[in-house]
Amino acid sequence: MSSLIKNRQAVADDFTLLRLADGEAAETVALPAGPLLVPLAVWRARKAELQARGAPLGVWLDVGEGPEAIADELAAFAVIGVNFPKFTDGRGYSTARLLRQRHGFEGEIRAIGDVLHDQLFLMARCGFDAFALKDGKNAELALRAFETFREPYQAAVDRAEPLFRRHRRAA
Amino acid sequence: MYRYDQYDQTLVDERVAQFRDQVARWQAGELTDDEFRPLRLQNGIYIQRHAPMFRIAVPYGMLASRQLRCLADLGRRYDRGYGHFTTRHNLQFNWPKIEDVPEMLAALAKVQMHAIQTSGNCIRNITTDQFAGVAADEILDPRPLCEIMRQWSTFHPEFAFLPRKFKIAVNGAKEDRALTWFHDIGLHIVRTDDGVVGFRVIVGGGLGRTPIRGEVVREFLPWQDILTYCEAIIRVYNRYGRRDNPFKARIKILVQALGVEEFGRQVEAEWAHLKGGPATITQAEYERVTAFFEPPAYATLPAIDAAFVQQQADSVPFARWVERNVRPHRVPGYASVTLSLKKPGTAPGDVTSDQMDAAADLADEYSFGELRVTHEQNLVLADVEQRQLFALWQEAKAAGFATPNIGLLTDMICCPGGDFCDLANARSIPVANAVQARFDDLDYLWDIGDIDLNFSGCMNSCGHHHVGNIGILGVDKGNEEWYQITLGGEQGNDARLGKVIGPSFAAADVPDVIETIIRFYVEQRREDERFIDTFRRLGIDAFKVAVYGDKARLKAA
Repeated sequence: MSSLIKNRQAVADDFTLLRLADGEAAETVALPAGPLLVPLAVWRARKAELQARGAPLGVWLDVGEGPEAIADELAAFAVIGVNFPKFTDGRGYSTARLLRQRHGFEGEIRAIGDVLHDQLFLMARCGFDAFALKDGKNAELALRAFETFREPYQAAVDRAEPLFRRHRRAA
Repeated sequence: MYRYDQYDQTLVDERVAQFRDQVARWQAGELTDDEFRPLRLQNGIYIQRHAPMFRIAVPYGMLASRQLRCLADLGRRYDRGYGHFTTRHNLQFNWPKIEDVPEMLAALAKVQMHAIQTSGNCIRNITTDQFAGVAADEILDPRPLCEIMRQWSTFHPEFAFLPRKFKIAVNGAKEDRALTWFHDIGLHIVRTDDGVVGFRVIVGGGLGRTPIRGEVVREFLPWQDILTYCEAIIRVYNRYGRRDNPFKARIKILVQALGVEEFGRQVEAEWAHLKGGPATITQAEYERVTAFFEPPAYATLPAIDAAFVQQQADSVPFARWVERNVRPHRVPGYASVTLSLKKPGTAPGDVTSDQMDAAADLADEYSFGELRVTHEQNLVLADVEQRQLFALWQEAKAAGFATPNIGLLTDMICCPGGDFCDLANARSIPVANAVQARFDDLDYLWDIGDIDLNFSGCMNSCGHHHVGNIGILGVDKGNEEWYQITLGGEQGNDARLGKVIGPSFAAADVPDVIETIIRFYVEQRREDERFIDTFRRLGIDAFKVAVYGDKARLKAA
């Protein structure tokens, strides 16, 4: 099981991440009991069933699946996952910012997939607050990454204003 | 020039600590090579043919003498006593050890320098006109806005893993000296009839494998909105740019696929949400940064210094140097001097540590302690008194900087090529040197006059061969080095791409071919006609016939 960092602490993950294996279809895949994070296709195919389960529900967006796809349904989700098939694919950073800043999602945004220590700082700035670290990576060690830079220049999700508006700077 | 405050300094210090930790974790096996690779690239470290190559940013080309001395020192301590200035305001070392880089970064941080985002698929060093702030044709000094953009792009959280690298150039003068038409974003500072300052925004230009001239996506953008507008452009690119093929991943491919109108529509739709937001530049911030670029304490001098005029009359070599390497300045009695890093026989853009120290001394003595790095791979002393030019010339000669060839054929742009670079198909430096050697007669060189010869060792086009009046491109044919020639490329306001003249040539033939092209031009030119103008008048077919003879004549017919 991968390590989960949430609100800057290593915690146990009570959600089951559902990924469709080869040959599995969204319409028919078995839904495990308990809190569940499902692919967008499963959400689309089985909304009523998922909402009737009574357990906390999340959906995850793959690269190429923008937040627009669920913008009108955000209230249904406790968690929105954003998948990084490779850590070098940076589309998920825009997805998280848009979820927070354009669509006003206030639940958990969780980075899943190829999630590594050295990207956590940037992800947190873009609105991620949960990180399912890649298997084999040390969550305790990775917690340090959030402290990499104390005063970044830009406005983002974590800081509403850029440095030049946050502080009076020396001329 | 800009000086760091506590926030800037803390950030680069934290960067040193971050990278030191990354190197340690990589060495301990906690980071795989694949995981470490983008991290080291975003700190300018490539693994090259012989050793890592380490690229240091010189933001928008501004360099203080103490910074250049630091680079000289690093060259001695960690390299082989020299460095290489690139075409995008960077200095590269070719021989450092990767484990030494954290120490090198720490030394750089002490003089307010870094290697942040000098490579990798992120926003790169922002480039501009080397005569910013002193050019007579300037609309507005672009450097304050470049600095504001530098800060905005540094560790931008959303744009660290773009589909491909992203280059921005800003030009603040009437003449484009920043190659803005061939950047991912090119910005022209413009002033409307009623005095409002803003940018013309160009997107989707680039050289490389698929050279494309950029297109205007917005004719006028108020300067306060530049950060939000760039965020809109880059967000559209980050979300929709291709990631399936690195050769199709630059923004130019997206702009071409959508068409600039549709691309612009998507950018405007995104910008509608960002416009007026917190990233809008405040007047206070603009004024704070602009204060760092106030003109230095110029002396009050006559417009023309009589002794300087006499010295030119007395010394032909001095007069030649003045004609090629000295530019008029907007302040009476001053001039801007280009120190040539194109001495025949040396690698274009290369500079030894001793030369770096010498250039730093010249800057302290003659130009308020500041220098600029040009995209043509030379150094500029922007603020020199006319009355001191003769003394400066003598010192520059002694240091090997006074080759009077700026804008001439031997002032060629050239990448490091196959001698150093892992990407190169062919060596560039020895062939460039062979061409320089062929044109070693200064009188002939002068007679040829203004010409841009640009040389790249591969399709990545670091030597900007596409925009050379003559371009040379190294190509690999069955593991042999061959060289393709293009003609008619041009930078500046009328920037355009050169066209390939025909089959490529072996290295040994390249000087002959260039000589043939030049001889044909000299025969055909009308009085005072520049190479490029003769080329435009006669067309490429005439040059093909000159180079390839009857075979080309038949084809052309």
